[in-house]
Amino acid sequence: MDFKLTNEQEMWKQAVHEFCAAEVQPKASEMDANASFNHQAVKKMGPLGLLGLNIAEEYGGTGIDSISAAIAIEELGWSCGGTALSVSAHNGLGCAPISLFGSEEQKKHWLPALASGEAGLAALALTEPSGGSDLSRAVQTHAELDGDEWVINGSKAWITNPSVGSLVVTLCRTDSREDSKAFSLIIVPTDTKGLHIHPAESKMGVRASPTHALSYENVRVPAKHLLGEIGQGLYQTYEALDGGRISIGALAIGLARAALEEAMRYAKQREAFNAKLSGHQAIQWMIADGVTQIEAARWLIFHAAWKKDQGGRFTKEASMAKLFASEMAEKVCRNAIQILGSYGYSQEYPVERFYRDARLMTIGEGTSEVQRMVISKHALG
Amino acid sequence: MNIVVCVKQTPDTAATISIEEGKATWGDAPLVLNPWDEYAVEQAILTREELGGKVTALSLGPEEAREALKLALAMGCDEAILINDPLFESADTLIVSRALAAGIMKLGEVELVFFGRASVDSDSGVLGSQTARRLGWPSISWAAAISHHEGAIEVERMIDEGRQVVRSSLPAVISVVKEINEPRYPSFMGIRKASKAEIPTWSAESIGIDGSLSPAVTWPEMFAPQVKSAECEFIAGQSAQEIAEGLADRLIAEKVI
Repeated sequence: MDFKLTNEQEMWKQAVHEFCAAEVQPKASEMDANASFNHQAVKKMGPLGLLGLNIAEEYGGTGIDSISAAIAIEELGWSCGGTALSVSAHNGLGCAPISLFGSEEQKKHWLPALASGEAGLAALALTEPSGGSDLSRAVQTHAELDGDEWVINGSKAWITNPSVGSLVVTLCRTDSREDSKAFSLIIVPTDTKGLHIHPAESKMGVRASPTHALSYENVRVPAKHLLGEIGQGLYQTYEALDGGRISIGALAIGLARAALEEAMRYAKQREAFNAKLSGHQAIQWMIADGVTQIEAARWLIFHAAWKKDQGGRFTKEASMAKLFASEMAEKVCRNAIQILGSYGYSQEYPVERFYRDARLMTIGEGTSEVQRMVISKHALG
Repeated sequence: MNIVVCVKQTPDTAATISIEEGKATWGDAPLVLNPWDEYAVEQAILTREELGGKVTALSLGPEEAREALKLALAMGCDEAILINDPLFESADTLIVSRALAAGIMKLGEVELVFFGRASVDSDSGVLGSQTARRLGWPSISWAAAISHHEGAIEVERMIDEGRQVVRSSLPAVISVVKEINEPRYPSFMGIRKASKAEIPTWSAESIGIDGSLSPAVTWPEMFAPQVKSAECEFIAGQSAQEIAEGLADRLIAEKVI
């Protein structure tokens, strides 16, 4: 057992941090206020390797290890929750299924432009207006083969990135059977006729990340856009989500870290009852809890990432890490507001934004309740 | 084209400097690649991208300076060399320039040498010119733009009076200002390469420098300037005229006017 980052990981952490501090963080408040996407910063991420975290070197990606990927998403989360969410979804949800299940031809065709950033961001469409947690019931969007084309009809909800990307990997019913083999993943380019991307949702947090409802109206894509084998879509989805959950957990840690840094800065400078806030035990305890919880969450995330790189399933580890990190982030951000008092509640300081952003982490890519279902199923057998 | 970029490891510019027992200390502030040198590294890489060849990053410093060289490699330099020897411990720029020039000669067939305009710690800004003098090559400082012409270069210098365009033959030594480019961020692939790279160490002897070196410039004492305290006084009044009169009276009383 070795708890030390490698030299490569240390350098990567430093490099991503510097990039985020210079290019992402300064715009975070403005992007949140206007609910706008930071095109400029995301464009610069391609050459660094931030858009190819789940893509092998031979397809233009980084072939990065999962711990380094988590490090990068934590730094992004530290700098802007919304931008981080879009980049996390691009890598973990949009690119990962193509990397994991795509044919050689599909990988060569789609991945290089996604890794470089030329093709914008990728998206994964699972949830529908009537449900998301129980996908096997909720997914009604269906695809039928007509000659050598899939014809897709249906609608999706709460989809990250379609307006800033070039493709949406879509989970469709491809069979009328009533079991988990009725689904398949199909690549749908965003400029396909009949795919309607509805206006961005107005959200409480992660506002720099565009979220849309989608309608598929006789959307026709070539049969070769099917990912992997027909009927495997649900299993593929769950496998991709395991990786995505590590990423959301890492993002939550970044948000908690940003909130705690702000709270500590304030506590060291603000005075009450003839002492700095940091001199009062009530505040010290909140800080101590925050530092401890962040560290604990990070080890859970690193462990899940490590397990992922060992091969085999890491479902339980990813769920535990995501559950703990996202709920921890909400608590730490809540306490940061408490430490800053009225200033914390004001938009003059960023901690209320961190809190709003953190709130999504216990919902997106599997709610806390779903994570507990997964974990208890593993524990109880 | 063989290109050399000379770099230094310095404390982070956000570091708080304090003086302890006559010596400047940065506490445990992180050490970074001298920010000015990032522009030199970027220019060296851009030049290679335009003309082909190889970029070697060269640094004189302690063992830790390897980290700065690794960053230069991660940005895209092909090779890095550390000149490190106990002989150079209290070196001034005259000694450092001698060592760098010797290193450049040892590399051989170098046509262009880049420096940042100064280092953020000692801030002397003379090392580029001194190294050029040691090599007997033209020195071009304050470069803000460079264009290449068959065996020669044209450089736009940013000087106090404005912009000056000069031409020089090669080889030459150029120190650059930040207006020249926007340094790239190191990529993951660059970092992977850098973390695996072997960075050779050259001793004083290996570059032909031996015997004792005595610096011409020493720093016998260092002290923090006294903090000047200032008092702020608001002059109140009902009208602008009244405030202005009050201000004039105060200035006269203080013998300022």
